Amino acid sequence: MNINATLLAQTIMFALFVWFCMKFIWTPIMGALEQRKKQIADGLADAERAKHDLELSAKRSAEILREAKEQVGEIVANGEKRASEIVEAAKEQAKIESDRIISGAKAEIDQEVFRAKEQLRTQVSAIALAGASKILGREIDAKAHNELLDKLVSEI
Amino acid sequence: MSSEAQTSAEYIKHHLQNLTYGKLPDGAWGIAHTHEEAKAMGFWALNVDTLIVSLLLGIVFLFVFRRAARSISTGVPSGLRNFCEWSVEFVESNVRGSFSAKNDMVAPLALTIFFWVFLMNLMDLIPVDYVPFLMRELGVPFFRIVPSADPNATFGMAIGVFLLILYYSVKIKGVGGFLGELTLQPFGKWGLPVNLLLEGVNLIAKPISLALRLFGNMYAGEMIFILIALMGGAWVGLSPTGVTLYGSQILLSLGWAIFHILIVTLQAFIFMVLTVVYMDMAHQEHH
Repeated sequence: MNINATLLAQTIMFALFVWFCMKFIWTPIMGALEQRKKQIADGLADAERAKHDLELSAKRSAEILREAKEQVGEIVANGEKRASEIVEAAKEQAKIESDRIISGAKAEIDQEVFRAKEQLRTQVSAIALAGASKILGREIDAKAHNELLDKLVSEI
Repeated sequence: MSSEAQTSAEYIKHHLQNLTYGKLPDGAWGIAHTHEEAKAMGFWALNVDTLIVSLLLGIVFLFVFRRAARSISTGVPSGLRNFCEWSVEFVESNVRGSFSAKNDMVAPLALTIFFWVFLMNLMDLIPVDYVPFLMRELGVPFFRIVPSADPNATFGMAIGVFLLILYYSVKIKGVGGFLGELTLQPFGKWGLPVNLLLEGVNLIAKPISLALRLFGNMYAGEMIFILIALMGGAWVGLSPTGVTLYGSQILLSLGWAIFHILIVTLQAFIFMVLTVVYMDMAHQEHH
């Protein structure tokens, strides 16, 4: 229980321990801890960045999808428009064609009728002449009665 | 307690006597075999038990932490490394909490103090009779196993801390600044003697309170363990009294040991924190 030179020895021992601890224990452990802290921080930052990138790319893909949908809609609308146009044009043309055919046919019919009428007329006049000559028993001079005949023909 | 006829006073005295190496009354150097011889050695003697145990414990601490420090990597720590890292971070956060200046020495100082003191205090939990008995069998007259119950060890550390306080006070504030701090406050230059007295006491109280607090706690703890051990030692045969005393010893020493775990840790922690605070004060340029 006496205070003696142990005191000095203890102080020296203490100083040596502190020195050793500082030099060979604290510095490497603290260094490693700092480094690990940095690594973890880096890792977290990377994760954050990756998350951000993921969000960004998700947004971008949504954008692209939206654009694609828009384009598809446009294309479909265009196609429909074009189809209806084609149908419309075809209808138009068909109508024109049919009109043309109809009018051609009509003209032909008219012509035919006209020709038939002409023929009929001439035949009527001939029949009339023949009938008249038979009734009269003599030849009728066609020239002499041309006027009459024409009048007759026109009446038919 | 030994089976030899020995009074309680002798038993206590024996347990509180350090193994002292010094100059014997006949002029030769050697180990004191009685209290009187030890007392007569004066200042130039060494408490061999304190030195050996504290040195061993210090080496254990340094060895364990050095091993961890060598194998440390930035990967996932495990086992011992984990414990060491946790301790380092614990001390680091404590130092950061109460030490505001920049000094790379303070944190390792605190770590060393905490673990060294803790291990020395922990020796108190070894049953009081084991080591002295073993040592007597080996022919060693005395052996105290708790270095921190020897004022030499606690004052040794406190003086180390005190020297650091003085060193950094002078280094940070300069000789003039430090002397000014001692003499010119709190009452200005006209109250110089009073200032010097107040601040001087303040300064000296730091190492003394550090050392005495730890010593007192450990010494008292050891004393109570010894007193508890005396109960069972008062063996009076297989009688109700004897059995009661014996059982009381077991229960009381268990209770006191459990309580002592707290004291052991707390005293180490207090020594560490106060050291850090004193170092912080040494670094502060106040007023």
